[in-house]
Amino acid sequence: MFEEIAPVFRELYETTGINFVFLYDPFEWERLFEGIVLSLQLIVACLTLSIIIGIIGAWAQGAQSRLLRTVVAGYIQFFRNTPPFVQLLFFFFGLGAFTPQIDAGGYYEPVISAFGWAVIALGCFGGAFNVEIFRSGIEAVPTATKEAADALGYTRLGSYIHVILPLALRICLPALNANLISLLKTTSLAYAISVPEVTYAANQIWSDNINVAEMMLVLFLYYNIVVAILAWGMHKLERRLSLPGYGR
Amino acid sequence: MSRPPYLDPGLDAAVRQVHRRSRETHPSLLSSLPLWPGCALILILAASITAAEAQTTGDPGVSGPIETLLQWMPFILQGFVLNLVMSFLAMMLATVFGLFLGLMQISVISWVRRISWFVTQIFRNTPWLVILFAIIFLSPSQISIAGETYFISGWIKATVGFSLPVMANISEIVRGAIRSIPDGQWESSESLAFSRMQTIWMIILPQCVKRMIPPWMNWYAILTLSTPIASILGVQEAVGNAQAAMEAAGAREELLIPFYGSIMLLFFAYIYPIARLTTRLERRYAVRI
Repeated sequence: MFEEIAPVFRELYETTGINFVFLYDPFEWERLFEGIVLSLQLIVACLTLSIIIGIIGAWAQGAQSRLLRTVVAGYIQFFRNTPPFVQLLFFFFGLGAFTPQIDAGGYYEPVISAFGWAVIALGCFGGAFNVEIFRSGIEAVPTATKEAADALGYTRLGSYIHVILPLALRICLPALNANLISLLKTTSLAYAISVPEVTYAANQIWSDNINVAEMMLVLFLYYNIVVAILAWGMHKLERRLSLPGYGR
Repeated sequence: MSRPPYLDPGLDAAVRQVHRRSRETHPSLLSSLPLWPGCALILILAASITAAEAQTTGDPGVSGPIETLLQWMPFILQGFVLNLVMSFLAMMLATVFGLFLGLMQISVISWVRRISWFVTQIFRNTPWLVILFAIIFLSPSQISIAGETYFISGWIKATVGFSLPVMANISEIVRGAIRSIPDGQWESSESLAFSRMQTIWMIILPQCVKRMIPPWMNWYAILTLSTPIASILGVQEAVGNAQAAMEAAGAREELLIPFYGSIMLLFFAYIYPIARLTTRLERRYAVRI
């Protein structure tokens, strides 16, 4: 496949100067492909962590303990009202400088890699919004339903897992959808801490080959396609899980 | 306080008690953004700076992290002013172009509608960093007008780059707000012989303003919080200046937390009041069904 299209794009470059170098140079193709794979891994990891944080945080916000509620509220306000880019730098450089190092055979490597810090920082950032989103869903669950669960002898955690959360998730899906798409786009910031994801890879390719416009087109296409896939999937989920009797 | 006359006082009190109880069991933080997270953040930051100070070796020749931070604070604040300038200018551009893009999305001409929809989606679904790269590298860095050459500096390009995604989102806000106006308004203005142009500018848009203000402010906050990304491209705003300052002060590890922490504090102090005001307005202008 690669051998077949390579001459076409090489000739395109030689005749017009339009340089899709990754389509005829195996080395650049490898670089871009690895960037795309890493970017997808980063996206999946960040979205998953943010959803987990959202679910746990929303549960903690309804807790009896005042301290727990206070901590969650502080966490939300901190991550919502400071620049995500500085959060990333703060985590990676600030906290990264104090994490222990492990022996990696002759040289020392930090326990948490740049990729790890990107997942932690961006996951916490997206999670702060998800907590609010899940909480709004939980508040929309009718009180009668909660009381019915209480009356049936569910514990607080039990009714949260088996009754409230399944309903709340379905109610807040549209808002969650919007936030996950926004978080997906924010993962490109990992570029700043040298995580070799797709933006970083494209940057390296255009630095070596001076084909900024072509690589920019690739980035635009990549992100629009990934966002479209996520939006399509979430939309399908939304329609499938829509609560009968709510909305239209 | 006026009380609906048709409610008897006993029932009224009972209703209010139920309301109060539901507020107690579901403490809604969004409806009353408290002041204390700001204070807590200041305390945490102060603690971390003190911890950093305690970690220093105490060389007589080297100043401690706090001293270094204070020394460089004017330089960082100077950068922060550029963040604010970029946010103001980008928001102005985004509002004007977003309004027109949004109006194009409800045009009666189908190709105008399609193009504006496409532009909106492209800029909404692409990361800010990628848009910024595209503007910085693909736009000319100097232009000649009437024989004179003008250089376009990085921060101006970055401002344009920031305005594009916000423009696309404002376009969606405008479209959504116009769609939320009841059809009756369009029909009655048509029956009063207003043209389509007059209907939009004199009847529909004025009613949209109230609904658009909270999301518009929300996007202003998001925009301001994104301006530090410009430092990746060498714009000398708060983060870029802080990094340069840390470099100049010997690139010591104990400086990292105080410097980045103080930048977060600067942004928090500026954005938090805006966020509070936004939630207040959101509640006041909420469409009640």
